[in-house]
Amino acid sequence: MPIDNPEYVDFAVTARKYKTLLTKKYMNRKIWNNPSPFEIQSIIPGTVLSIFVKEGQIIKEGEPLLILEAMKMQNRIQMPFTARIKKINVKIGVKIPKDELMIELEEVIE
Amino acid sequence: MTLKKNILALRQKKAIVEKGGGEKAIQKQMAMGKMTARDRILALLDAGSFHEYDMFVEHEERNFGMEGKELAGDGVITGTGTISGAPVCIYAQDFTVMGGSLGLKHARKITKIMDHALRMKMPCIGINDSGGARIQEGIGALAGYGEIFYRNTLASGVIPQISVILGPCAGGAVYSPALTDFVFVVENISKMFITGPNVIETVLGEKISQEDLGGARVHAEITGNAHFYAQSELECFQQIKDLIDMIPHSNQVKAKRITPKKPKFSKKIDDIIPADPKQPYDVRDVILALVDDSKFLEVHELWAANIVIGFGRLSGETVGFVANQPLYLAGVLDCDASDKAARFIRFCDAFNIPIITLEDMPGYLPGVDQEHAGVIRHGAKMLYAYSEATVPKITVILRKAYGGGYIAMNSRHLGADFMMAWPSAEIAVMGPEGAANIIFRKEIMEAEDEDAMRQQKVKEYVEKFANPFVAASKGYIDAVIEPSETLDMLLHALEVSQNKDDYRPAKKHGIPPF
Repeated sequence: MPIDNPEYVDFAVTARKYKTLLTKKYMNRKIWNNPSPFEIQSIIPGTVLSIFVKEGQIIKEGEPLLILEAMKMQNRIQMPFTARIKKINVKIGVKIPKDELMIELEEVIE
Repeated sequence: MTLKKNILALRQKKAIVEKGGGEKAIQKQMAMGKMTARDRILALLDAGSFHEYDMFVEHEERNFGMEGKELAGDGVITGTGTISGAPVCIYAQDFTVMGGSLGLKHARKITKIMDHALRMKMPCIGINDSGGARIQEGIGALAGYGEIFYRNTLASGVIPQISVILGPCAGGAVYSPALTDFVFVVENISKMFITGPNVIETVLGEKISQEDLGGARVHAEITGNAHFYAQSELECFQQIKDLIDMIPHSNQVKAKRITPKKPKFSKKIDDIIPADPKQPYDVRDVILALVDDSKFLEVHELWAANIVIGFGRLSGETVGFVANQPLYLAGVLDCDASDKAARFIRFCDAFNIPIITLEDMPGYLPGVDQEHAGVIRHGAKMLYAYSEATVPKITVILRKAYGGGYIAMNSRHLGADFMMAWPSAEIAVMGPEGAANIIFRKEIMEAEDEDAMRQQKVKEYVEKFANPFVAASKGYIDAVIEPSETLDMLLHALEVSQNKDDYRPAKKHGIPPF
């Protein structure tokens, strides 16, 4: 397709910048965020069936946090390590997308 | 006289089948902006050339109220005809007959015409317009799909297979087109997905329209499932005719040769590429300046636009082009571009079409998304495809050829038969800035004015290495040529490779990284 009045952008490949156009797919690509171990995210879209913890509680590693139903499977989301529940961002019965921040943790300082 | 009654009865029987799902259903089909299956076949094939097979095939389902239910042609029209005089096999699913749903007999009509195409060595064109499996037939429908996929695979690389999506094509049905060589889609009409919007919303709560999920544009631009995109069915049929005209009709014959015509592109080939390697241009202009009548049939025009692939003719003979496109993403290689080029190279090799590679690329696209999407695995497909191909392989380095991209773009080292470079070519392990930063790191760091030293070292590197002569001195490049000599050199290369014979070790098959 011929392009009328192209608006070139600077595009860095290694140490040099090139004038070029961007594709729609490139512009919509997912930008990488280093995942924080203190953020429990949904790895699949689904519905929160139950929540077993409250904000402020200290929960031991391996204990259940919530049930996320996805693809007809009830997935038990567990505590990755012993920590305090800082914030719960989801409610029972709510459908959530993938990569949704469900629970925030904070370190237990003794 | 005695036959007259039988003849009239036959005509009557045919007329009923030719009405498909009946007047009401046809009206509905047209209200959706779609042609009927029969009209599509007639519009695509040469006038008067269509001969229908299996018109009176009936389904055998006895459950769920199907007993005694008459379905014209079991929802699919099959037969043979010609396109520009060349014979083809064709089938078209008839959406007016029970939603074009696929039952076992419907599928068997398709597999029969596919078998015919494979045996008679002619292209097979499938027009898809179907609600999916005929649920009443249960596993019979699944068997039907499986038998089609099996034949798609057997025919792959023997005859060209073309899928035209002119309606819904959902669930298992999508895999036949995915196995074929070229998929055509039409705006607002084509819909392809594994699970539709309803299921996605019920299961996952994600709301999306059919068009946004798997419409023509999505497959032409985002997924790469579609190779050709048209605004209307008639435009789509013209694209199919152009393709059929351009490619060989089996792996045992050559593409139709036409009377050679000079390129009619207005711009001089010397003036297309900016000398500054950072400035973009449209590489398709270079192709247009080379091919007969400046006619280039681009494949996958919208998907992975950073690489251009397609067919053109040089002195009447069909060749395939693979060209980096500096206009988009600076012409880098990435997952999609590698995927796109690799499949095209394999098509050309399977059908004995010489491959011409035009190279101007700065490297691979950096990014976490690329690495995590498997750019290593996808990039390897391209190395595999070029190395595996035994057709004449010609490369012209137009400007940048850096690093891994230099190797990937049909380098001598992957078995290129002819390597040519324009005087503007820069063949180097990486861009001058990057290379100078590494090689002269110490000098730059120890200098009083780091920037000035860096500039100086970059300049030195450019003068010494950013040219085609280092590679030419090692024999990696056969000739450094003026742009205006390119066409002559290509024609010469094609001429002397007429009887190319390339040895490959005997094996059952290789294991490409797909």
